[in-house]
Amino acid sequence: MMECVLAMGFLSIVPSFHLSAQDTTAIDRGVRIGIIYRPGVRPGLVMLPRMGGGLDSVRAMVARDLDYSDRFEVITLPGGDSIRLASPSSGTKGTGTRRPGSATAPNGAAQSSPSLNYPLYQALGADFALDVTAAGDTTVATLHDIAAAGIRRAVRVRLPRAGDPDFRQAVHRLADQALQAAIGTPGIAATRVLFVKEGKVYQIDQDGADQKLVSSTDRQAMSPAWGADGRHFAYMEFQAGKGWLYLQEMASGKRTAVSTTGSALDFTPAFSPDGQTLAFSRATEEGTDLYTINIKNNCCLRRLTVGRFSDNLSPTFSPDGQRMAFVSTRPGLPQIYVMAADGTDQQLFAPFDYGVTGSSNAPEWSPDGQSVAFHRDVAGTLQVFVLDVRTRTVRQLTSVGRNEDPTWAPDSRHLAFVSDRSGYRQLWIIDLDTGRIRPLLQQSGARLPAWSPRLSEAPSTTP
Amino acid sequence: MKSVSLLLALGLGAAVIAAASCGGNPAPQNTTPAVDTAAENQRMRDSIAAAQADAERQAAAERDRIARQREADSIAALSRSSEEVRNTLAAVIHFDLDKSNVRSDDMGALDQKVAILQANPALRIRVGGHCDERGSDEYNLALGNRRAQAAKQYLVSHGIDASRIETQSWGEERPAVDGHDESAWSQNRRDEFEVISGGDNLRRP
Repeated sequence: MMECVLAMGFLSIVPSFHLSAQDTTAIDRGVRIGIIYRPGVRPGLVMLPRMGGGLDSVRAMVARDLDYSDRFEVITLPGGDSIRLASPSSGTKGTGTRRPGSATAPNGAAQSSPSLNYPLYQALGADFALDVTAAGDTTVATLHDIAAAGIRRAVRVRLPRAGDPDFRQAVHRLADQALQAAIGTPGIAATRVLFVKEGKVYQIDQDGADQKLVSSTDRQAMSPAWGADGRHFAYMEFQAGKGWLYLQEMASGKRTAVSTTGSALDFTPAFSPDGQTLAFSRATEEGTDLYTINIKNNCCLRRLTVGRFSDNLSPTFSPDGQRMAFVSTRPGLPQIYVMAADGTDQQLFAPFDYGVTGSSNAPEWSPDGQSVAFHRDVAGTLQVFVLDVRTRTVRQLTSVGRNEDPTWAPDSRHLAFVSDRSGYRQLWIIDLDTGRIRPLLQQSGARLPAWSPRLSEAPSTTP
Repeated sequence: MKSVSLLLALGLGAAVIAAASCGGNPAPQNTTPAVDTAAENQRMRDSIAAAQADAERQAAAERDRIARQREADSIAALSRSSEEVRNTLAAVIHFDLDKSNVRSDDMGALDQKVAILQANPALRIRVGGHCDERGSDEYNLALGNRRAQAAKQYLVSHGIDASRIETQSWGEERPAVDGHDESAWSQNRRDEFEVISGGDNLRRP
């Protein structure tokens, strides 16, 4: 106990969690409020410091990715081998020979395993320790299992040079592999978010870095949507009084207009999980209705809803492709409905109190199929809600400021959304399990976010 | 004595008649200097013709000038009234929050547009529906579409051919007024009317 207190003096535990207690206080009738916060269940992970070695930025990125995963209590050490290593009695070699650059063994994991100060890390509450080292031109991420006092896994990758366009994504993939080694589930570090700002579509890494313009025209764009393969996206563009739908390749930027578009106002595109079908909304003289089109063969336009006196819009596929949630104004105000993917069996999805509950919009089905996130008008402003698909109950996630347009991370536990809680509208990320909220992008005017699936290594640039 | 004076009177009368008949036939006398008279006449005729041509030229010029002036006056007047008509046509109408029904206080504005469309059969217009920033971004595209359709339906129900009216929705993407209060919002919930074709020299209804 005494050592622990002393050790804590040298340590900083990051981050200081801003659990959003303020987002759990609002009460709304008929709605279960709040997020499930179970403190103390997250395993601790120590990020081992290394002096020199040129991997500081990699370590910082990996540490931040693991922190942003919200699956660990990430503990960083102030640096110096004196803390990293056990007392001299546990090893014959001096600390000076352990610098990464001097590592001679090709197996970078073996070199340090016997001498890590497992008892100290255990005392700190750590379940894992992650060591990022260099072995020649290979970067090695070694995950130590503290309780077992041994190495769980060593991941070896060849990272592009820092500054290379693929560098950051490669580091994010490394972080995801380390996370998977620790807890057995894939991470979300190697993902991006598309969003709209001032009529243009941008992408940004999930850690808020590498913002990049992906729109290729000056025309006003809306509603970017990812293809399930993470290599395409669709979006809507205003053109000559109509709404056009375009498909664009992420890597090449090549874009093609969806066939049959250009005759009306087409908007809110959504890919089917198999990538064959694009669902979208089309506004005509009769109102707005849902359609699908086969984008592989450019054929087979199908109308799924016949609204007449109501609008039907904002489709989102279930991950098995069998169903589609959407917005319908058939009850008077827009609410969340569901139907089979062929348009049959249309029914109310998210319950509401007639005359009491406000408008509900912008549904997005979670990648695990269990939830649909959407936003709902509460007392004149918008709040993010989640519908449990199985029980058909909704809970309110936010209550501070205006919060809208939620989009799921591939882990189905994080949502990016737009919020003005800081004074102006910007992008935020909430972890549904811990309630932790962090800004994704501190720029005013960013909206309509769309979180990518997990992004595999970029395919070769030649098609 | 009485008969002598009568004879005398008759004789005098005859002489007078004879003299009168003699004086009433001058033409043979005038033809005597034939050459000189013809040249003089020709000269006079030429002079008269020249004067007449001159006058006609002046009259034509004046007519042209007047015609041009009249035309200029009428184009100016026409374009003046065309501008006025265009402004009336472009006058926006407004909507209540999350509503797409034409408000009764906007029906007069739409009636004026009906009259303008009737007076200008070649005129085609586009109605653009707009929303305030409070609703959902994507839902507002559907709402803006409803608003544009509402104005179109009003015009069509008052006799305008539907093919002359296009519609478009901008959702909340093109606010007329920046600002985040009811004053800005109420101005942004609107339909705009723009000319697609046939808008040169709009006739007053």
